Amino acid sequence: MQEKCWKDKMLFRYLILLILLPIKSFALIEVDITRGNLSPLPLAVSPLSIDEKSRKNFKEILKKENIGSEISIIVENNLKQSGLFNPLNKDSFLQKPDIANLKPRFEDWNLIKAQALITGKVTFVDNKLRVEFRLWDVLAGKEMMALAFTTVPTNWRRVGHIITDKVYERLTGEEGYFDTRIIYVAEEGPKTKRIKKLAIMDQDGFNNKFLTLGNELVLTPRFSPTNQMVTYLSYFRNLPRVYLLDIETGMQEVVGDFAGMTFAPRFSPDGKKIIMSFAKDGNSDIYTMDLENRVVERITNHPSIDTSPSYSPDGKYICFNSDRSGYQQIYTMTSDGKNVKRISFGKGLYGTPVWSPRGDLIAFTRLHKGKFYIGVMRTDGTGERLLTENFYQEAPSWSPNGRVLIFYRETKSNSKGEGFSAKLWSIDLTGYNERLVETKTDASDPSWSSLLSN
Amino acid sequence: MTRNIVISSGFHIVLIIITAMSLPFLSKKPINLPPIISVELIQISDQTNIPFAPKAKKIIEKVKEKEKKVVSEQAPPKIVKKQKPDAVPLPDNKIDKVKKIKDKKQNPEKVDNEIKQVSEFEKDELFDTTDIAALIDKSKIQEAETTNKTDKVTQDQKKDVNFSGLSLSEEDALKAQIFGCWSIPMGIPYNENLLVRIKLSLKPDGTILKSEILDHARMNKPGQGFYKVLAESALRALQLCQPLRVPSSGYERWKFLQLNFDAREMLEG
Repeated sequence: MQEKCWKDKMLFRYLILLILLPIKSFALIEVDITRGNLSPLPLAVSPLSIDEKSRKNFKEILKKENIGSEISIIVENNLKQSGLFNPLNKDSFLQKPDIANLKPRFEDWNLIKAQALITGKVTFVDNKLRVEFRLWDVLAGKEMMALAFTTVPTNWRRVGHIITDKVYERLTGEEGYFDTRIIYVAEEGPKTKRIKKLAIMDQDGFNNKFLTLGNELVLTPRFSPTNQMVTYLSYFRNLPRVYLLDIETGMQEVVGDFAGMTFAPRFSPDGKKIIMSFAKDGNSDIYTMDLENRVVERITNHPSIDTSPSYSPDGKYICFNSDRSGYQQIYTMTSDGKNVKRISFGKGLYGTPVWSPRGDLIAFTRLHKGKFYIGVMRTDGTGERLLTENFYQEAPSWSPNGRVLIFYRETKSNSKGEGFSAKLWSIDLTGYNERLVETKTDASDPSWSSLLSN
Repeated sequence: MTRNIVISSGFHIVLIIITAMSLPFLSKKPINLPPIISVELIQISDQTNIPFAPKAKKIIEKVKEKEKKVVSEQAPPKIVKKQKPDAVPLPDNKIDKVKKIKDKKQNPEKVDNEIKQVSEFEKDELFDTTDIAALIDKSKIQEAETTNKTDKVTQDQKKDVNFSGLSLSEEDALKAQIFGCWSIPMGIPYNENLLVRIKLSLKPDGTILKSEILDHARMNKPGQGFYKVLAESALRALQLCQPLRVPSSGYERWKFLQLNFDAREMLEG
């Protein structure tokens, strides 16, 4: 009996010991890192190596001394423009391009504080341009990506943009936006007698081309998200009408035979419909037109002015601006025109809402106390952030990855109309990376295309 | 009954009288202030100001030799003469004070040593082993006292360090270091779960022996490209920061560390 009691006691002690033991042991220390620096990532873009024979061939065809260096410059400029990367000065590079492409000496690249490295090689194969490139993680000392492209030599600029897209995607986790084009209205002449033409260029300002002659006024060109079609506003028999233009063929046509004014056109995400405003008897409402069967559908029916419609990327919702509350504000609704909901409640006027291709934000122009702001808000109207402020700026258009906005800004002119200029600007969602987009003429109403390589 | 009431009231009255008598405001006696003790405040600079000390010593020696006239070696004699009537303490006065001390002290021979203590240049001569030993003993006593005192406190800081990880300052130092190294990829969507947990195995000098991403399976999942990018950026930050600013002691405590890289605050704000 006593023995059993003693055993029970021992068991009880063991149990107590077992319970207490984990308390005495060391718990794994956790440290929360909630901040970091948002400074651009330092990276090195080594010139793409090229053998002598290929260099001579490309020089003959493209009139460029060293196409390898030229492509690397495109990559470098693109990455710099994005504001997320800091390409290091080539003078500081210790390793030659051809050797670096085989196996980089990471110590050398680490020494100049590069965290990533791009190397590559250009060759002339069967009258074509073949480009190999590799992305290296300098700190981890490993290859992150290796790709090769073959194309016609004249496409060399696009190769640079595609490489940038791939690097950008690998290092940021989101799609790039460099192999894209921008359509805009090129403006020339004095403010009172302005000539406006449709123009298109690469996103970095190269390969600029005019699409119209400037005989008629053109406004608000918008790219199709799926193909190389553009919709815009022009005048037909002195009446503003929505047009459709195929960039490849140059064919253009009037969209629908409306007995009134149509304006503010935009494509649906699948590219099959055009959504626009139709004004008749002083009232404007939102309509859609199917491009295949030309069926017109009325979306809003309200005595106020409803305009600037833009689809959500899934095509289920539409945002637009309306003055139904007395002041111009932003509203959302389902694509059939139901569940209209006001989402902007700030002071001043809100206009030109554009749904982000990523679906999470709506960009807009806000006018308050005589200043124009470009801003973004969540699709329910919360989290409004004003990215930039100026005397006059409007018409934001999203990059295909929903990270950068392009818009135009006008400067003040004097009483004689002098000093006036209109330029394209881009700003990213952080609001810090604002840049002038170089154009040969004055420019307004930009619209960003989707990725060409898709 | 009435007798009890009388006794009770009697006791109550006695109690009230005792209480009233002992109340301080009722006693009109003047407050006995302790006698005023004059305290001479000696500024630390007076004792540790090195340039004056050798001068003082020289002056004393000269006084001993010449008994009276003392002139500063560096200062021109004319200025010294002018300064004599001023309030500025002159070497003469200092010597007088020293003499007074001499008179008071039981052992006049040590006076010279006391003055010498002012000079740091003559430490060899001043080295008094007994004094230092006494000081060490004193410090020991003080330390013992303080430890006794702190033992009584239930929430001791040292205990926190042992059982709940790094102290705040240690954690802050480590955080500040990694904040500087971590380039957050800004392209990541705002509405995603932006937490990367990395377990580290560290060497005593703070260099990383091994790093392991705890949600490693998520790295290669389709549609989680942003997570891979974030995890890689965190690893890059650690590589860049090496060796980590870890505490100099208690290696067992932080041998294994888990760092939670959370970009939400930065990207949402």
